[in-house]
Amino acid sequence: MIGDFLDSLSESVERLGDTIRFLVRILVQVPSAMLRPQLIFDQIYNAGALSLVIIMLSGLFVGMVLGLQGYDLLQRFGSEDALGTAAAIGLVRELGPVVTALLFAGRAGTALASEIGLMRATDQLSAMEMMAVDPVRRVVVPRFLGGVIAMPLLAAIFSMIGIYGAQLIGVQVMHVDAGSFWSQMQASVELRDVNEGIVKSVVFGIACSLIAVYQGYYSEPTAEGVGTATTRTVVTSAVMVLFLDYLITAFFLK
Amino acid sequence: MRKSRALNLGTGLFVLLGFAALFFLTTQTTSHGLSFRSEPYYVVTAKFRDIGDLKVGAPVSMAGVQVGRVAAIGFDSQDFKAVVTMRIDDRFNQIPTDSSANIYTQGLLGGQYIGLSPGGAETYLKNHSEITFTNSALVLEKLIGQFLANFNKGSNSSSPSGGQPQ
Repeated sequence: MIGDFLDSLSESVERLGDTIRFLVRILVQVPSAMLRPQLIFDQIYNAGALSLVIIMLSGLFVGMVLGLQGYDLLQRFGSEDALGTAAAIGLVRELGPVVTALLFAGRAGTALASEIGLMRATDQLSAMEMMAVDPVRRVVVPRFLGGVIAMPLLAAIFSMIGIYGAQLIGVQVMHVDAGSFWSQMQASVELRDVNEGIVKSVVFGIACSLIAVYQGYYSEPTAEGVGTATTRTVVTSAVMVLFLDYLITAFFLK
Repeated sequence: MRKSRALNLGTGLFVLLGFAALFFLTTQTTSHGLSFRSEPYYVVTAKFRDIGDLKVGAPVSMAGVQVGRVAAIGFDSQDFKAVVTMRIDDRFNQIPTDSSANIYTQGLLGGQYIGLSPGGAETYLKNHSEITFTNSALVLEKLIGQFLANFNKGSNSSSPSGGQPQ
């Protein structure tokens, strides 16, 4: 029992080390991949533009829920004018990056992992190697960069739509004064809060994209292996995002 | 080729939307606005016995109009007072030297701010001048404490034999 636990622990540490080595391998290839920007644009489209609908819808609903919950909580203290502040800080610092990263892992991460995994299973990657094309440079790096660029933009869009969702419920339905909603928000949200959100979304983008391409690239070359890689992508990404979220928050609030 | 042009258009629109959202978050949700360079200002200090909950960045206003912000809060170990440094906008350069600074609270739960009441002097505050007339913050807990103490004293003196049954 304890032996099993130790085995699985050492396996996790091994996989972590392997992932970091893969990151170094990707980073080394980034400059040469920059020479073919079209590949990266295509991946920004795949990871970003195609995730836009789900991000915007989720952002709207998360914002509307914040509007309802925040109003209900704040009116107990007679300070429902602070709804704008509460919604904006909650979205910009926490919910925007985290929920976007979780959705990103589910929408774009799984697509990346299964695509690369299927390339592995159908020997396309080996074929590239045979033609002296480095599959990391040709396939992995553009997908990684596309995800890293798309994720912060998606998180910003999520937060913006969320704030309008909170405004929709707070101002239109609950009749919080629109002026105090916006002016209290502008008075108490600082640039530091926005920076925290941006840092988080960049870090989450790197983590989710890296996990997705790693799981796809090193998946078992079978149908089952592709499925496992996809599942692992979502589970590992979610755990990593929440763990990193705690670290970054603790760092910013020190 | 046609397909890749449509794809690039989609990518471009997505990136534009993303940067528009970032721009919105940095300018519309914070008080930074578009002013990347700061307006010219001069610095005035004031010493308070108690600043309560005053924070750096709190507004300094005169007759309800914001004229500046609190730039720094320090402590004077000579006379045990808080030293508040205020940045006053250069447009408001005709504030009499004998004006007084008071710390008020915005609403019941709001933050605290400094209100300047004009004096009658002919000379005006300049960079690094000090406002000597100050009124400390009204600390609600102290007020309630005093009220309760007085209340107890009052009820004890009026009915010395009464009070609560032991």
